[in-house]
Amino acid sequence: MIEIEALTKQYSGTTVVDDVTMTVGDGEIVVIVGTSGSGKTTLMRMINRLVEPTSGTVRIDGQDTRAVPAHELRRHIGYAIQGHGLFPHRTVGQNIATVPKLLGWSEDKTAARVDELLTLFQLDPAQYRDRLPNALSGGQQQRVGVARALAAAPKLLLMDEPFGALDPIIRAKAQDDLLAIQRRLGTSIVLVTHDMEEAVRLGHKIAVMDKGKLLQFAAPAEIIARPATAFVAELIGTGDRPFRLLALGRVRDVIEPGPADGAPISAELSLRDAFAECLWSGRTLLPVQDNGQIIGRVSLEQMRQLAQRPAGAAA
Amino acid sequence: MRIGVPLLIRLVVLAVLIAFLAAPEAFAPVFQPLTKNNQPAIYTQANLIDLTLSHLGIVFIATLLATLIAVSLAILVTRPFGAEFLALSRSLANIGQTFPPVAVLALAVPILGFGTAPTLVALFLYGLLPIFENALTGLTNLPPAVTEAARGMGMTGSQRLVKVELPLALPVILAGIRLSTVISLATATIGSTVAASTLGEVIIAGLLTNNVAFILQGGLVVGILAVLIYDAFSALERLLAARTGQSRRASA
Repeated sequence: MIEIEALTKQYSGTTVVDDVTMTVGDGEIVVIVGTSGSGKTTLMRMINRLVEPTSGTVRIDGQDTRAVPAHELRRHIGYAIQGHGLFPHRTVGQNIATVPKLLGWSEDKTAARVDELLTLFQLDPAQYRDRLPNALSGGQQQRVGVARALAAAPKLLLMDEPFGALDPIIRAKAQDDLLAIQRRLGTSIVLVTHDMEEAVRLGHKIAVMDKGKLLQFAAPAEIIARPATAFVAELIGTGDRPFRLLALGRVRDVIEPGPADGAPISAELSLRDAFAECLWSGRTLLPVQDNGQIIGRVSLEQMRQLAQRPAGAAA
Repeated sequence: MRIGVPLLIRLVVLAVLIAFLAAPEAFAPVFQPLTKNNQPAIYTQANLIDLTLSHLGIVFIATLLATLIAVSLAILVTRPFGAEFLALSRSLANIGQTFPPVAVLALAVPILGFGTAPTLVALFLYGLLPIFENALTGLTNLPPAVTEAARGMGMTGSQRLVKVELPLALPVILAGIRLSTVISLATATIGSTVAASTLGEVIIAGLLTNNVAFILQGGLVVGILAVLIYDAFSALERLLAARTGQSRRASA
C-alpha cells in the first residue's frame, strides 16, 4: 500500500504539486490524469524520489521512502517511461537484466527471469534476447521497457505516459496486455497520462490533477457520473459520458439467457463495443459466445439503460 | 562489412608510404626533377623511419595526456558538484587553443630547454580543447529518456557514468580525439625548430637549403599519415556507433 500524505513540491516559489493526499491499495491501478503542467508527472516522480518533495511524506507498506537511499528505493519500484528509454548499447536481455544486476542476483536467476519476462510479453527469448533495441519495432521496444521495469518483481510499478509514443492500434493492444499482466502479477501501478480514455480504460481509480491540486480521486464510474468540478467534467467530455460509462463494463457481466440471431460477440468485449455492434448491424439482441459456446445474449435496451445518467448524477 | 575501392586505395597508399620510409633512395628519380644544382633528392641526414616513429610517438603521448585530462575534466564538470566549474574549465581549454603553438614553444624553451619537452607541452595544450568540447557535447547530449531511465532504475551516479553515459558518449569523444590527433600531427613539425626529432626536420632542411624535394618529402609523409589516421579513427567511430546502436539506421 502506498500512502501519499500532504505531498507538496515547490520550485523557487511556484507550487507544482499542492498538498496531495491519496492512497494506492495493493494490486490497484491508479491513473493520474491532467493536462500538461498539472503536476501529475512531478507527483509520480516524488514516489520514487526522482523529485524530492518539499514537504509531506510517501509511505510504502508503512515505511517512509526517505528511510533508505534514493537509488536503493528505486531498485524496488518499477519505472517505465514514454519512449521506453531502453539503453541503446545493450541488448534486450541486458536491458531487462538491469535491475536484477544492480540487486546482485546470480547469473542463472537473472537469465531465467529475462526469458520468463520475454515470454510473458510475447517475445521469443531465443529470437529477441540478443538483439539491440533499435532492431525492434516501436511496440516491441515498449514491451521490453515494461518488462525491464518488472524485472525484479517490484510490488509497485510507476509508468509515465508509457503508451504515448505508440500508434492507436498498438496502444490498445499494449493496454490490454498491461491489464492482463497486472491481473496475473498483482502489481500495484501508478500510471500518468493526459488521455482520459486511457485512464477510464486502465484505472481502478482515477486521480484528476489540475494546477498542482488533486481535484478528484475516485473510481472511473464515479468520476464520469459525478465530476467534482467543471474542469473534471470538461476533461471527461460531456458528449462522451454515456460511452465512457459503457466502456467500463464487459459483456460477460450483463448476459441474460435467451436466443438471439446473427453473428455472436465475445463475452470479453466491452459494452461500448457491443453497443456499437448493435447499432451497426441493426440488431437489438446479440448472441454472446465464450470459448466457442453460445452462453446467452445481451440486449440493446439493457445497454441503453446502463448508459443513462446515474441517479443523483450531475446533468 | 563492405571492403570496397576506398579501402583498397588506402592500403595501397599505406604500402607506398612504408616502402618510401624503408628505402627512400629508391624514390630518388621521382624527386630528382624538383632539385636544382645537383642537390640531393632524398633527405639522408637522419633515418626517415626513426623520424616518423619519433614524430608519431610525440603526437601519441601528447594526445594521450590531453585525452586523459580533457575527458576527466569533462566528466567532472558534468557531475552535479562540478557544474559551477563548467565555464572556468571551458575558458582554460580555450586559452590553450588560442595560444599559438609557436608562442608556447618559445615560452617553454627557456624553462624546459631545447628538445622534445617543449613540443610535448605545446601539442598537449593544443590538443585539449577539441577533446574537451567533444566530451562535453557527448556527455550532455545523451537521450533524455535513457538517462531518466537509468536514474529511475536505481543506478548510482558512478554506475550511470560507467554503464550508460560514457559508452554512449564514446563515439563523440573519439571524434574529438581524432581532430586533436590530426592537428597535432601537423603542428608537431614546428617542434623541429626547437630540436625535437620530428618530420619537421626534413621540411626545415629543405627550407634552409632551398630544396623543394625535401620540403615535399616531409610534407607528403606528414600529410599522408594524417589522412590515414583520420580515416582509421572515422572507421572506429562508425563501428562504435553501430555497436552502441546509435548509428542512424540505414534504409535497411
